[in-house]
Amino acid sequence: MPGGNLDLTFQALADPTRRAMVERLSLGPASVSELAQPHAMSLPAIVQHLALLEASGLVASEKVGRVRTCRIAPAALCLAEQWFNQRRAEAEQRLDRLGEHLRKYPDGEPR
Amino acid sequence: MTDHNVAHGVFTLERTYPRVTPQRVFDAFASIEGKNGWFTAPNELWTVAERAMDFQVGGRERLVGEWASGLVTEFDATYFDIIPGERIVYAYEMRLDGRKISVSLATFEFKAVPGGGTRLVHTEQGAFLDGYDDNGSREAGSREIMAKLTAYLEG
Repeated sequence: MPGGNLDLTFQALADPTRRAMVERLSLGPASVSELAQPHAMSLPAIVQHLALLEASGLVASEKVGRVRTCRIAPAALCLAEQWFNQRRAEAEQRLDRLGEHLRKYPDGEPR
Repeated sequence: MTDHNVAHGVFTLERTYPRVTPQRVFDAFASIEGKNGWFTAPNELWTVAERAMDFQVGGRERLVGEWASGLVTEFDATYFDIIPGERIVYAYEMRLDGRKISVSLATFEFKAVPGGGTRLVHTEQGAFLDGYDDNGSREAGSREIMAKLTAYLEG
């Protein structure tokens, strides 16, 4: 796996504020202040979250004049890696559902 | 221009299921009825469009699903090794809207836990392909993946 950054990705998305930021950016690019707007926290705190998202390769930003614009950076984390992440997440979910299924039907499939 | 990439990935997942035998866990893999309980599990975002399963060495399994967004996923597997109550190995390909996105080998080992219960070890070795082209599906695909990853992490 070329991505030693899978851990970083998961870490980046483990926080609800950062997830909200990623969700916002998946709709389209936004300035830092636009990103900060829905959150009840200081701009420096938002910038810190942004730094982590950038380190994970999920988000890229670019400063033009006085405005820093952020966008989702699917290229930074190659799509194959994203796909790998998704397969793994899906497999985890399935095994958890299997656990539920086995708890409900320990003696065999429902008839 | 289309970018062709491949990433090779391996992951191993383990679960211990208390109070059930390896044979019981194996059985949940061995039929459509069994897999319906957990593998396909349709929900409000996803419906089954096509389903077939021939659970024997050399047999095939097919699952086509459609997401509420219109995205169609296809899972096509061939079974290579089946030891009842012990092990299943299959190779499968995944397609998104017809584009081949990964080819993987999945191994499931069912191990009895002393005192009862089963430890399941799932190892996946895959070639993860960029079957995305540049007509916008690329971004839509990553949005979908991002949304799913987020949903997963939010539990």
